[in-house]
Amino acid sequence: MARAAVLGRLTWQLGEVAEVIRETSRVSSLVLDVPGWPGHLAGQHVDIRLTAEDGYQAQRSYSIASPPESPLVTLTVERLEDGEVSPYLVGEVRAGDRVEVRGPIGGYFVWRAGEERPLLLVAGGSGIVPLMAMIRHHAAAGATAPVRLLYSSRSIEDVIYKDELGRLSAADKRLTVAHTLTRSQPPGWDGYGRRIDGEMVAEVAWPKKDTPAVFICGPTAFVETASDLLVELGYDAAWIRTERFGATGG
Amino acid sequence: MGFVSRGFRGKRRDTASSSRVPPGQHVVNDFPVLSAGPTPRVPLSEWTLSIVGEVDEPKRWTWEEFRRLPSESFTVDIHCVTKWSKLDTLWTGVSLDTILEQVETGAEYAVAYSDGGYTTNLPVDDLTGHKAWVAFEYDGQPLDPEHGGPARLLVPHLYLWKSAKWVRGISLQNEDEPGFWESNGYHLRGDPWREQRYWGD
Repeated sequence: MARAAVLGRLTWQLGEVAEVIRETSRVSSLVLDVPGWPGHLAGQHVDIRLTAEDGYQAQRSYSIASPPESPLVTLTVERLEDGEVSPYLVGEVRAGDRVEVRGPIGGYFVWRAGEERPLLLVAGGSGIVPLMAMIRHHAAAGATAPVRLLYSSRSIEDVIYKDELGRLSAADKRLTVAHTLTRSQPPGWDGYGRRIDGEMVAEVAWPKKDTPAVFICGPTAFVETASDLLVELGYDAAWIRTERFGATGG
Repeated sequence: MGFVSRGFRGKRRDTASSSRVPPGQHVVNDFPVLSAGPTPRVPLSEWTLSIVGEVDEPKRWTWEEFRRLPSESFTVDIHCVTKWSKLDTLWTGVSLDTILEQVETGAEYAVAYSDGGYTTNLPVDDLTGHKAWVAFEYDGQPLDPEHGGPARLLVPHLYLWKSAKWVRGISLQNEDEPGFWESNGYHLRGDPWREQRYWGD
């Protein structure tokens, strides 16, 4: 368990935005320099608190995309149209701004590079973010566990970290990435072109005899579908860890 | 002068309900789902609810027996540690007072346990006094599996992770024993009005 990484009082800290990376038209990564950051595990998240001039505050939780090896804390945020915090983080915030951060949080949806079981990662949309921390951790640590990622996006333009995933999987044969594009596919697309289903999961997932560790993250309906399909495939529910985004993360 | 986020205004909530929203929370209209693993599905014919642990005699109800217990409908606000609150939610369930009065116990703590292995700990005082239920209907309909059906604990005055989905029993204990999230960085009690989210809050 991840007690060491979450032990003790979590206090609000001021982080400075070192860089803003535009990932897609709706998604940006904020690279934060948080003095005294205690370190984190792949899969953990932080709380962000914004304060207006009159003292009004809003808080939200965001997954960490950077691996434990990184001294900087990268948050990848999707802008929700009627959101309160995400349109500020994706749009208003620029390098040099400061943001209040509290974390890292969560000791269950985490993966450590020392784990040897085959790893199955299933992402829907921005649910890729905590899974990307695991993939980056795997690469940075030179982990030996084989990894398969099944990543569902609406269109090729919505695929977050597309180039980096291509680079990492080309460089390490232990990492396999399968994309599915549910709304539109570019000409010559050789990935999947439909919503996640039993046939797709059976093709991508490890055979159950491999007793894989599974992490699923995405919108509720996606996570429900993916986890049900894996249970139907014979996976033990105890292998499967889920994290779900409501429609109202804001 | 405290910290100000440059250029942040925020969306102000209407003042009528703001006194009902704990610090750091915002109101949502949908019903987000959070759980740590796959949704368990147990046929009602195999479902039971048990009271075990520090009791004179353990007690167990089948689904039919449980549904014969007196139940009530009630409207409450619920608050999730992931920052959303939902106001005026309508539930039907059996009060924990009704359930616990059927056993003799001097225990001060409880661990609720669920299908799928989830656990959460609560002081017995947070379960009694007409403020906790085993709920089986939401908004007039049988409770959806993804929201904890067929029945979940509902303790609306604490963060929602205390309201164990798919609850199958309560173990009464003499000592406070951290449950699933409480062992993973979350607060032992989880009072949203005191913003008891994490260890040390």
